[in-house]
Amino acid sequence: MSGHSTYNPTNPVMKWVDDRLPLPRLMYDSFVSYPVPRNLNYWYTFGGILMIMMVSQIITGIVLVMHYTPHVDMAFDSVEHIRRDVNYGNILQKWHAVGGSFFFIAVYIHIARGMYYGSYKAPREILWMLGVAIFLVMMATGFMGYVLPWGQMSFWGAKVITNLFSAVPFFGEAIVTWLWGGFSVDNATLQRFFSLHYLLPFVLVGVVILHVWALHVTGQGNPTGVEVKSGQDTLAFTPFATVKDAFALSVFFIVFTAFVFFLPDYLGHSINYEEANPLVTPEHIVPEWYYLPFYAILRAVPDKLLGVVAMFGSILVWFILPWLDTSKVRSATYRPIFKQLFWLLMIDFFILGVVGANPPEGWWITVGQIATFYYFAHFLILLPLVGLLETPRPLPSSISDAVLAKNTGKQPAAQPAE
Amino acid sequence: MSTAEAPDEDRRDFLYIATGAVGAVGAAALAIPLIDQMNPSASVLALASIEVDLSPIEEGQSITVKWRGNPVIIRHRTAKEIEEAKAVPIADLPDPDARNANVTDGSEATDANRVVDGKEQYLVQMGVCTHLGCVPIGNEGEYDGWFCPCHGSHYDTAGRIRKGPAPENLPVPEYKYLSDAKIQIG
Repeated sequence: MSGHSTYNPTNPVMKWVDDRLPLPRLMYDSFVSYPVPRNLNYWYTFGGILMIMMVSQIITGIVLVMHYTPHVDMAFDSVEHIRRDVNYGNILQKWHAVGGSFFFIAVYIHIARGMYYGSYKAPREILWMLGVAIFLVMMATGFMGYVLPWGQMSFWGAKVITNLFSAVPFFGEAIVTWLWGGFSVDNATLQRFFSLHYLLPFVLVGVVILHVWALHVTGQGNPTGVEVKSGQDTLAFTPFATVKDAFALSVFFIVFTAFVFFLPDYLGHSINYEEANPLVTPEHIVPEWYYLPFYAILRAVPDKLLGVVAMFGSILVWFILPWLDTSKVRSATYRPIFKQLFWLLMIDFFILGVVGANPPEGWWITVGQIATFYYFAHFLILLPLVGLLETPRPLPSSISDAVLAKNTGKQPAAQPAE
Repeated sequence: MSTAEAPDEDRRDFLYIATGAVGAVGAAALAIPLIDQMNPSASVLALASIEVDLSPIEEGQSITVKWRGNPVIIRHRTAKEIEEAKAVPIADLPDPDARNANVTDGSEATDANRVVDGKEQYLVQMGVCTHLGCVPIGNEGEYDGWFCPCHGSHYDTAGRIRKGPAPENLPVPEYKYLSDAKIQIG
């Protein structure tokens, strides 16, 4: 879809610029005339939503830094100062904090959409792997950002997560001391986390640009998984995809702002309104909700090193997903068994989240272990096998055929709930 | 210009290798300060020792003091707790190492090797779970010792790991008695 450019500036100034630096041409070809499959549904709008969330987090973040103090004696108070004294600080701080949660809601939907429609399959492997890299950078950024308010959960979350590296054989202790810049999470740790929390979003922007570049080289996937074959299968990005993205974004922002204005603390932990105390661990420490499934995997394994390996492995396994899924058919719509496995994985992931939120006692441990086993079995055993054993349903001959069949009701293709 | 080719090529090779070597050494020299600045600074390392008076601690009572940013638990153990700790065979311990900075490395994790001889009622240990660094809660857990609320590790009355994901006994920091009831940690 990196076809030849149709940009034809009529404005002499734009033509003058285009002859010297074809940036307007790049923008026009990428976001106006760029052809997208005509059958994209609303699940495909989350890429655009994520882009806006990233910009929203960067803007609110830059503004918050104008009032925040990264020092153990002042960090907690400076966040309260933002919430109470700074003009509109209350909304800006909540927008950023709740925005982190909604950034993750959108990215989980985006990833699940990729898994459902087989978006990771050839030729989009690098596009997918860049996405996994983006998710990892997001997790690191979110984790460091949560430390900055220097509440009890900030401190103990930081301590537990950095201590994960002490599981590394031989160098573990030295690595952790190096990460902390001391013998415990302290001022040195807070200041470096602040520095990196400011840096990583810009790294994120860089990887996102690569992600979008890769997308524009291979062209977008679509719910049928059938590649674009002719101009009939596509529409111009603007206005069609732009408007659809904008509409989905508006709905998303209605929910997001409802949380910002009316339930700003719903997704957080009240204990984080208590200042960090290195001598007392809260009764029940849990990470933010978006890390819970991975936290459950960490705790499911009774060995320290293997637990850490399993936790990182549960995300790193996504890197080889394009090669684990042996089916030639992309979309779950045409894969009856895979479709059920996909929903089982979603349920499993949700169960892991619930387990992660509960104390590691009694039968929660067993449930966590079964769910962890199933999680890895899905990727490492079931996906390779199902691809070989399953008989897919017949694919439509083209995207426009599928659209016409759906609209005339000839062949009621199973569509996921929108 | 010389017509001989060989000397010229030698000169080029030398320039390539020399440039590459300077670049590699330069990059390494640049990396060292950039990486090492993250290690504990001199001011952090300087906060190395504290003194604690043990006399106000009643039998069955624990105190927590802060040393190098971490909690140190000092417990005045009851006779029953000492008996329990002594009764455990080494074979039952997941970590048979004493983890005591004051005894020879690799000593067995007997109760005697976890305390100072003649002062066995005072157990001094880091309040940092060896799993992921939370502060274990005293008088909790299945072994009358400490229980870590984060991931469910149980320690016994000598601070030895008995059950749960933590791999090691709670470490005993370097300390010495300055007088009968006063210790210096660090």
